[in-house]
Amino acid sequence: MSVIRPDRRAALGLLAGAAASGLAGCGRRDDGVLRLTFWAMGNEATNVPLLLPEFERLNPGIKVDVQALPWSAAHQKLLTAYAGDSLPDLSQVGNTWVSEMAAIGAISALPDFASDLLTDQFDAVLETNRIDGRVVGVPWYVDTRLIFYRSDLLEQAGYGAVPPTWAGWKQAMLAVKRVVGSDKYAVLLPLNEFEQLLTFGLQGDQSLLREQATRGNFSSPSFVAALAFYKSLFDEGLAPVASAAQISNVWTEFARGWFSFYFSGPWTIGDFRNRLGPETRWMTSGVPGPDGMGASAPGGSSLVVYSSSPRQEAAWTLVRYLSDPAVQARFNVVTGNLPARQSAWSAQAVANDPYIAAFKGQLARAEAVPKVPEWERIVTEMQIVAERMVRGEYTPEAAGAEIDRRADRLLEKRRWMMERGRA
Amino acid sequence: MTARRVPSVALNAAVAFIALLVLFPLLWMLSVSFMATGEAASFPPPLLPSTWTLEHYRDLFVTQGMGRYLWNSFALATMATGLALLFTVPAGYAFAKLRFRGRERTFQLLVAALVVPAQIGTLPLFLMLKGMGLVNTYAGALVPWLASIFGLFLVRQYSLSIPDEMLEAARIDGASEGQIFRRVVLPTLQPIIVTLALFVFLGSWNDFLWPLIILTDQSNYTLPVALAALSREHVQDIEMMMAGAVITVAPVLILFLALQRYYIRGMLAGSVKG
Amino acid sequence: MTDVRLNMAKVEAEAAVRPRRRPGGARARERAAWGFVAPALIAIGVFFAVPVFAALLLSLTDFDIYALADLDNVRFIGVQNYERLFGNPLFWGAMKNTGLFAVLGVPLSIAASLAAAVILNARVVKWRPLWRVIFFAPFVTTLVATAVLWNYLLHTRYGVINWAISSVGLSPVDWLGQPSTSIPAILMFVVWKIFGYNMLIFLAVLQTVPDDLYEAARIDGAGVWKRFTHVTLPAIAPTLLLVSIISVASFFQLFAEPYVMTQGGPAQSTVTVLYFMYEEGFKWWNLGSASAVAFVLFVCILAVTLVQLAVAKRMGAYE
Repeated sequence: MSVIRPDRRAALGLLAGAAASGLAGCGRRDDGVLRLTFWAMGNEATNVPLLLPEFERLNPGIKVDVQALPWSAAHQKLLTAYAGDSLPDLSQVGNTWVSEMAAIGAISALPDFASDLLTDQFDAVLETNRIDGRVVGVPWYVDTRLIFYRSDLLEQAGYGAVPPTWAGWKQAMLAVKRVVGSDKYAVLLPLNEFEQLLTFGLQGDQSLLREQATRGNFSSPSFVAALAFYKSLFDEGLAPVASAAQISNVWTEFARGWFSFYFSGPWTIGDFRNRLGPETRWMTSGVPGPDGMGASAPGGSSLVVYSSSPRQEAAWTLVRYLSDPAVQARFNVVTGNLPARQSAWSAQAVANDPYIAAFKGQLARAEAVPKVPEWERIVTEMQIVAERMVRGEYTPEAAGAEIDRRADRLLEKRRWMMERGRA
Repeated sequence: MTARRVPSVALNAAVAFIALLVLFPLLWMLSVSFMATGEAASFPPPLLPSTWTLEHYRDLFVTQGMGRYLWNSFALATMATGLALLFTVPAGYAFAKLRFRGRERTFQLLVAALVVPAQIGTLPLFLMLKGMGLVNTYAGALVPWLASIFGLFLVRQYSLSIPDEMLEAARIDGASEGQIFRRVVLPTLQPIIVTLALFVFLGSWNDFLWPLIILTDQSNYTLPVALAALSREHVQDIEMMMAGAVITVAPVLILFLALQRYYIRGMLAGSVKG
Repeated sequence: MTDVRLNMAKVEAEAAVRPRRRPGGARARERAAWGFVAPALIAIGVFFAVPVFAALLLSLTDFDIYALADLDNVRFIGVQNYERLFGNPLFWGAMKNTGLFAVLGVPLSIAASLAAAVILNARVVKWRPLWRVIFFAPFVTTLVATAVLWNYLLHTRYGVINWAISSVGLSPVDWLGQPSTSIPAILMFVVWKIFGYNMLIFLAVLQTVPDDLYEAARIDGAGVWKRFTHVTLPAIAPTLLLVSIISVASFFQLFAEPYVMTQGGPAQSTVTVLYFMYEEGFKWWNLGSASAVAFVLFVCILAVTLVQLAVAKRMGAYE
């Protein structure tokens, strides 16, 4: 039996070891090669390493270390890293997080030598990256959510395409449900994801925040209508009362017809293509609105360089490489992400993809979300209230008022900072 | 006699049945980890793989960086154990056997402090370590293991049984307190040291909240943190997640089985009398 | 003990070689004692006591992500964090959930532990050490790993538990998907994981109960249940109390289970106080209000402990 005998030498050794590995934990070595740490999420993290050998060949002095964050934890991880001074050199961030990262001074403004990266972009997307007149992030890929649907089941139900209005769409869902049977559903709206309700909410004529974005405006008639429509899909048995964590496998369930309409972004094109068999026929469609095709939030990710990074120039070099239209077109092929640079859209693979066509139309109808740092938390609270509404705790009107109450509380500090001229 | 044998058989069978129920999840985890992708997601759930495969283990180590997490967990648990022993063993002994001013009062204060859950200080501790530049380092992750009041108690409790005459005899022979501690006390404390080492090692290996907060960089993740992150990305890959769970659980389970006598004795000393 | 004697001999031998020193007086011994306790006390002070007091101060400010960026953005706001907390339904939801976990979980886990201990303590049971280790094994396993495992056991359609349920003719339950079953589902897991711990403690105490007592009760014609209530229960009453205090405190600190299994859902039905604190503090970086949550949690644990001790004192069960 070995017994640990703590003597002084062992103690010093341990402490030294702890200190040394503490330093080594940062993973930076000094051998003349610049090592960039690049955080990416989900699908991008899986696929971006495919693009890097080429970059490292073109830039022999730079090595890139990609780290993957799960999307569901990414926002939090970035803030934690900011708080702990352990941000990477650069990362992908969701477009809607840019204002938050800028407000806390975490990200660098675009340097002059990279200003040419702003050309050839979608205006609405670029706008979300412009904070107080300065661009702080470079759009990497654009996306927006639209509808993936089982074209075969919709046909059996007597529809050739997704109807453009909420009312028509609901009729189509009811018809599909008659085809697939009562143990199945028509649409999947995971209760822990805010994007679907946000999409419906954006389609109204009222903005989501009011008074210079210092108060919530969720009890406006148009948002309450969105809440009512959202709720009715669950009440009428068209959507399962379930969160994403309970759907063990989206594509299998989609193939089995457990639901026939799925709200998602371009990354799902790749997933469905790889995972669904040829016998499952599906298509993409723009999102129906209250009266005619509706808006959705411009999504996607931008690339940002953190101001704490001592390797600014190398980091921007990587941003420039990843923004190259040819590289973006290649990335589209492996991930299905839609390129941010418009000229990349004319590449063969992008232009000829039948599933991508609907995204072009949907991006044209995109509506920007408010650019306040608290936005991520506001929509999170919105969804918490919405889930309770679906489970019967609130009427749509009461839910709207409750979301306003929560948003106002979250924006209290913003009001204070506005008064003092800080925000 | 037969009237008594029937309940005896029934009781033994009942115990065996409960044991099977208790073990079943762990056995199922092991079995699923060898199944082909997608096999476990069917109804009724299969109990054994139709063909055995190691692909998920290979996948975890080759593409998911499991080796790195395994190393982090191992290194952190080992260092936590060393440091905890270093800090608590001498102190526990001193509280039991050495006289110094304020001993009783300090000890009462520590007893009272046991009621305070350590999580309360988590937020300021994070800010403190941020100030020291220790966020996202092994050193930051090790900090809570230095301040274990429980370990101190365990050692004190055990040290009370060291006969005073033994220490006095050594003193009369001119040994310094340091020598007495090393030559007389430590050998006596051997069993409780093993116990404490085992507690700290398992505790550090299984710890979740603190490493989750303090280790922000993926390359520093411990197994539980990495597994929690993986499970959010790969919910649908049941077989791979089970392989990850096996890798995480197996080392501690084996260690426990090997040293269970020490574990159980220390546990009882800590809770029944404590 | 033979080791100790040997080592003593070694010390004596060493002392004989070196010139004899006068044993250092009480002062030297006191200094040595401080040398022994100082590192631990300093560590406890710096890394435990200071943060706990700092948390109290922090809970009186609106320290948030803006304050991390610039300390000028911190306001001292008195007890506002607490006021807002008490006006926040999600916080009360977390309190209620935590309370439910404790109210259901403590009796359930203690009953399971006690039952297992009583069965294992029966003299007719063979291979006792084997069963003991098996029952205890889940306790030492890694919480996160087994939580992931139970997620699949509890899966609505492919889970083993629903398979067992449907094979006896009941309809499957959406365990982690419904607010009404999420807490019981997590409790199943928790009880499985921890019952071995208290079982060992009970077993140790039961083994100190003299067999004569049982024999005497049997001769008096007491049945199994009567022997349990008249002999076993009184013998373990103090332990039962101690164990329930510790259990309440540990159920108040549930975090990894909801984090891994449900992320607080469905409909926030598994958000515990500690989970709430974690989200408030380390997800949204409202360190001020998160510290307030931590303090409320502390006060609750303290209150439960004090109540139980008071009850114990009155019962005289606790010497």
